[in-house]
Amino acid sequence: MRAWPALISGVLFGLGLTLSGMSDPAKVLGFLNITGAWIPDLIFVMGGAVVVTFLITPLVTAREAPLLASAFSLPGKQLLDRRLVGGAVLFGIGWGLSGYCPGPALVSLLYGYESTVVFCLAMFAGMALEGPLGRLLAPS
Amino acid sequence: MNAYLMPLTGGVLLGLSAMWLLLSLGRIAGISGIAWGSLAGPERVWRTLFLMGLLLGGLLTHNVMGQPVPAESTAPLWLIVTSGLLVGLGTRMGGGCTSGHGVCGLGRRSPRSLVATLTFMTLGVITVFVMQSLMGASA
Repeated sequence: MRAWPALISGVLFGLGLTLSGMSDPAKVLGFLNITGAWIPDLIFVMGGAVVVTFLITPLVTAREAPLLASAFSLPGKQLLDRRLVGGAVLFGIGWGLSGYCPGPALVSLLYGYESTVVFCLAMFAGMALEGPLGRLLAPS
Repeated sequence: MNAYLMPLTGGVLLGLSAMWLLLSLGRIAGISGIAWGSLAGPERVWRTLFLMGLLLGGLLTHNVMGQPVPAESTAPLWLIVTSGLLVGLGTRMGGGCTSGHGVCGLGRRSPRSLVATLTFMTLGVITVFVMQSLMGASA
C-alpha cells in the first residue's frame, strides 16, 4: 500500500485542529462546561467536520475500492458491548480532566509545553495498559 | 470577522482530511488508533506519515499563518497524568476517540460510534462539572 496520501491527510488534520481552537485545552474545557461560562466553538468544529463526513462518506464507500489501496478497511463490528461503552466512559472522564483528546494533545507537542509531553507519555502508557487492564475492566 | 468562522473552517478541514484518507487509502482517520498503530504496528509507515503531517499542519498554522499559540494547560501534573492514562486506556478499549468515533464514525452512520460519542461527550461534561464544583467558583 502506498503511504504518501496519509501525509496530506495529516497536514489537513493538523491545520484543522490548530485553526479551529481544538488544540487549546481551555477552549475545550469551556465547551464541556455547559453549566458555567460556556464556549460554543466546538459545536462549529464538530458540526463542520461531521457535515462533511456525513455527506461525502457514502459517495466514497460506494466505490469498489479506494484510489490507492486494494480495499476499504472499515471497522466491522456492529454490536454494542461493554468494552465500547466502558472505554468511552473512561475516555470522557480523561478528556474532561484536562481538555486534551489524542489529536489535539499530539499536535500540541509542537508548543513544547511540559504538560503536553507528560500527557502524551501517559496516554501511550494507558494504551499499552489496555491489553491487561481492559480485559479486567470489561471481560468480553 | 465572524467569531465562529475559524472553528467552522477548522472543522471542515478535519472532515476533508478524513475523507481524503478514506478515498485514497480506505482508512479511518482515528487519531488514537493511528497513534497507537504507529508504535505497535501493523502498517506503521502510513500512520507515522499521518502524524508527521499532523505536526506539519500545526507548524503551518502557527509559524506560517502566524496564528497565536494556545496557552499551556493550568492543570497540575498529577491531573494531566491521570487524564492521559484514562484517555489512552479508554480510547483503545472503546476503539476510538473524538476523531474515529466522532468525525468519522458519525459520518459512516455507525451506531457504535454514535453511542461512543454521546457517552464520552456526556462524561466529559459531567467531569468538568464535578471538577468545577470541587475546585469552587474561582476555577
